[in-house]
Amino acid sequence: MLYDVKMTVNGAAVAGQVEARTLLAQFIREHLRLTGTHVGCDTTQCGCCVVHVDGVAVKSCTMLAVQAVGRSITTIEGLAAADGTLHPMQEAFREHHGLQCGFCTPGMVMMAVDIARRKPGADEKTVRHELEGNICRCTGYQGIVEAILDGSAKINAARINSAEA
Amino acid sequence: MGEFALGQPVSRFEDPRLLRGGGRYVDDMVLPNMAYGHVVRSPHAHARILKIDVSRARAAPGVVAVLTGEDWAKSGFGDLPTAGGKKRRDGGKMYRPKFPALTSDKVRYVGDPVVFVVADTAARAQDAAELVEIDYEPLPAVTDSIRAAEAGAPLVHEDCENNICFVHLEGDKAKTDAAIAAARHVVRRKFRLSRVYAATMETRGSIGDYDRAADRYTCYTTLQRALNFREELSATLHVPESKLRVVAGDIGGSFGMKSGVFNEVGMVLLASKTLSRPVKWTASRSEAFLADAHGRDNHTEAELALDERGKFTALRVRSVNNVGAYTQPGSDSGSYSNLGTLAGVYTTPAVHVDVTGCYTNTNIMRPFRGNGRPEAAFVIERLVDIAADELGVDPAELRRRNMISPDAMPFQTGLSFNYDCGEFEKVLDGALEMVDYKGFEARRAAARERGKLRGIGISYTIEKAAGPGFEGAEVRFDRTGSITLVAGSVTQGQGHETVFKQIVSDRLGIHPDEIHYLQGDTDQVFLGEGTGGSRTSALGGSAVFSATEKVVAKARRIAAHMLQVEEVDYAEGVFTSPKTNRSLTMREVARSAMSPKNLPQGMEIGLNANAVFHASRQNYPNGCHIIEVEIDPETGVTSIERYVVTDDVGVVMNPKLLKGQIVGGIAQGVGQMVMEEIRFDDQSGQILTGSFMDYAMPHAELFPHIDIKAMPTPTKTNLLGVKGAGEAGCVGALPAMANAMVDALSHLGVKDIVMPATPERVWRMIEEAKRAPA
Repeated sequence: MLYDVKMTVNGAAVAGQVEARTLLAQFIREHLRLTGTHVGCDTTQCGCCVVHVDGVAVKSCTMLAVQAVGRSITTIEGLAAADGTLHPMQEAFREHHGLQCGFCTPGMVMMAVDIARRKPGADEKTVRHELEGNICRCTGYQGIVEAILDGSAKINAARINSAEA
Repeated sequence: MGEFALGQPVSRFEDPRLLRGGGRYVDDMVLPNMAYGHVVRSPHAHARILKIDVSRARAAPGVVAVLTGEDWAKSGFGDLPTAGGKKRRDGGKMYRPKFPALTSDKVRYVGDPVVFVVADTAARAQDAAELVEIDYEPLPAVTDSIRAAEAGAPLVHEDCENNICFVHLEGDKAKTDAAIAAARHVVRRKFRLSRVYAATMETRGSIGDYDRAADRYTCYTTLQRALNFREELSATLHVPESKLRVVAGDIGGSFGMKSGVFNEVGMVLLASKTLSRPVKWTASRSEAFLADAHGRDNHTEAELALDERGKFTALRVRSVNNVGAYTQPGSDSGSYSNLGTLAGVYTTPAVHVDVTGCYTNTNIMRPFRGNGRPEAAFVIERLVDIAADELGVDPAELRRRNMISPDAMPFQTGLSFNYDCGEFEKVLDGALEMVDYKGFEARRAAARERGKLRGIGISYTIEKAAGPGFEGAEVRFDRTGSITLVAGSVTQGQGHETVFKQIVSDRLGIHPDEIHYLQGDTDQVFLGEGTGGSRTSALGGSAVFSATEKVVAKARRIAAHMLQVEEVDYAEGVFTSPKTNRSLTMREVARSAMSPKNLPQGMEIGLNANAVFHASRQNYPNGCHIIEVEIDPETGVTSIERYVVTDDVGVVMNPKLLKGQIVGGIAQGVGQMVMEEIRFDDQSGQILTGSFMDYAMPHAELFPHIDIKAMPTPTKTNLLGVKGAGEAGCVGALPAMANAMVDALSHLGVKDIVMPATPERVWRMIEEAKRAPA
C-alpha cells in the first residue's frame, strides 16, 4: 500500500507516494533525487544522512517519510544561498580542509550548522563531543573541528550583527 | 601564479561541488530501466550446500532474475582473479582456489555470496531474497591463522594442505641466526596484530550495464585503479578489454579496500547481460561488514638482538598471517611487500623474516592503509621500547644510538629497502623539542597528583612509497585555450584534483577554474596504474609535471615561430623575447596551435601532450610521532593529551592537504590500537562485530589537536622531490600509541598491551598488576 506524502523540501512544496517503510532518507534520495544526503550505515551511527527537519538536525535514515508529512526539510542542497554563494559553514569546511572523500560531509555540515545554532561559542572540547553521532573515516576530524569552530564564529557574528542592525 | 604554486596551502577545487551535495557516488546514479540486485549470503562460516531452491523468490513481485552459481558456471564468464606468484615452504606453487562470483558447492565464510536476486526495486529484491531457501550442512570452521595451520584443523579448501596459502622468506637467515645466538641481549616478544576494517563511509557498490547492440559492458563501480581493474575484469569475463568500460565516480574512501574486483561486480554484469538492462547493487553497512575485505590480522614472534653498547645486531621475525577464504591479486601483499619497514631507520646488519599466509573461514583480506607497514612498524618500534626498558636506556636515546646517519646514504638495510636519503636524528630531535621531552617527568608527576597515569610514547617509522611503477597524465588544450586534464590515478578523497591543477596552473599559467579534471574512466584515460601504496604524488604528480613540460616545449617553438625570433623566454604563462616587444600568453599559443598557418613547417596541430612517468626506485617517507596519554586507573579510560609529529615526506605539495593525510592516517592507527577490532566467534565463525554498534569507530572526541611539522629531505627518485604521505600517519600512530600506554602503566609492572586496548582491558591490566606479587 502506498501513502501520499507532502512536505516542504529546501523551500519548495513536494509530494510523492511512498510505502510505509520508506525512510525519509530514501524519499529524499530516490524520490526527489537529492543525492547529497548519504546513507553510510543502517544502525543510526554514522550521521551521513543528517538533514534539518523544521530547523533541527535529524538523521533521515531514522525517520519515516510518512513522519515528515507537513514538515519543512532542509538538505545539503538547500544550504547555500539562492545565488549559489556557499553557506559560511560550507566555506569553513573548505577553508579548513574539513572534508576528503566527501561522503560524510553533507551530514557533517548539516550537523555543524545545528551545533552552531544550539551551542554558540562552543569550545573545541564541546564541538568534539557534539560530533558523537557523526563518523568520518578520512580526516581524523581535525579539519572538521576547526571548520565548525570558525564557521560557528562567523555565523554567530553575522547573527549578532543582523540583530543589532 | 604563485597563489597556486606547489607548496601553497591551496583550498581544494573539488570541495565546492562536494559541499553542495553534488558528489556523484555510484549509488547516486540511476540509469534508465535500471533493476536492483540483492545478494543472498551464507549465514555459516563453513558449510556444504545441499540444495538451493529459488522458485518462490523467482515468483515474487517485481523479480526479474535470480542467479546462482550454476548460472555463473554456465555464463561463459570465468573465475575471479586470485593472488599468485608466491610459493609454499617446500617450493611448490602457492595454493590458488577456484573463485566463482557465486559459490555452489560450499560456503567458506559468513557472507559468502550464494544467490543474486534482481528486481525492479531494491526493496522488492530484498523481500524476494528472504524467499530463497538453501539447505546447508554446517562444517567446523576456523577463523584464526595459527589454528588454521595446526594439524587437524578444518580445511577451508579441501585440497589445500594445512590451509597454507604461501610462505615468504626475506633477509639473511644464517647471518641473523648466528648474530642472535651470539648476542649479549635478546629481546623476545609475541604480538597480535588485530584484524580491522577500512570501514569506508561509502560502502561498495556497482552498476553493470551491458549494451547488447554494441556487445559492450560498462561497469560503474568503486575502485582505485581503473585500468588495472579493467584488465582483471577482462580476465574474469573472458572479454577483451576493448569491450569493457570501467567508470569510477566519486569514491567515498577506500584505503586499499575497494581496489579489487569483488564478486558483486561479476554478478551485476552477468545480470545485466541476462536482462539487457542496467543492474545496480549497493552494500548496506551490515552487508559491508560481511562482504568487504578486512585488513591486517597476523600473529608475530620477534627477537631483537643487541650488543653491550645497545647497538642492534640482528632482528628475527616470524609471522602467521590470515589471508581469508579467498584471495584477489595483491590481496595478500600486506604479508610480504612491506616487510622492509621492519628494518626501520636503524643500522641493524642482519634481519630475517619468515611469513606464512593461511586460509581461514573469514572474509577476503586486502590492503588497508599501510598494507603491512603499520604491522611491521609496530613490531620494530615496540621491540625498541621493550629493549630500552630491559636495558634501562631512554627510548629516544636507544633509537638515536642505532639510527642510520645521513652520511651513510644510500643505505642498504638488512631487508629489501635501500634508502636514498633521510635525516632521521634531526627529525627525531624536532619532535622531542616540539613535545618538550625533557619536561615530561614533571608532567607525569603532576598527572599523578591528579590521580592520572601519564605516559609518553615515541615511534620513528619509515616505509616505502610509490614502489616501482608508472603513471600517466594528459593535458588537452580545448579550442579556446581552457584545459582538460586527464589522470591515470583515481582519488578517493586525497585531493588529486587540487594538486594536479596546482601543477598545471603553475606551469602553464591557466587558472584552475579553467581546468577540467577527468579521472577513473577507462574510455578516457590512456595509461596509468591508479592509486595505492602512497604513489600518486610521486608518480601521478611527476606524470602531470612531465606532460606540462612537453606542452611548454612545443609552445616555445610555436611562440618563437609566431614572434619570428630564434628563441623565446617563458615564465608564468607568458612567452617573451628580448628581440621583440610582442609577447604571447600560453592561451594565445594554444589557440593559435589549432591553425597550421601559425605553426612551424611540419608541426602537428594542437597543443596536447600526454606523458608517462616511470620510477624505477621507491621513496622512503619517514617521521617521528610522540604521544602523551593519561590513563584513569579507576575506569581504564585513556585520554590522548598531546600528539606531535615531525614528518619527512619530501617536498610538500600542499601543506593543508598533507596535514589532512597525516591526521587521517593517525586516526586509523590510533583507532586500531584502542578500539577497533573485527572479531569472530571461535566456534561458529560468526562475525561478532558486524555493525557500527559493535565495531568501535574513532570519533572526534578521541583526539586532541595534533601538531605536525614537515621536515623534508627531498628525494631524487621523482621529478618533484616528493615522498608518499598517504600511509605515513597510520604507520607511526600504531606503535607510538602502544608505547605511550605501556609507559603510563609500566611502573605497575605492565610490560605489554594488547590491541585494542579498550578501557575494560586497561582496567583489568591495572587490577591484575596490582594483585601480582611484587
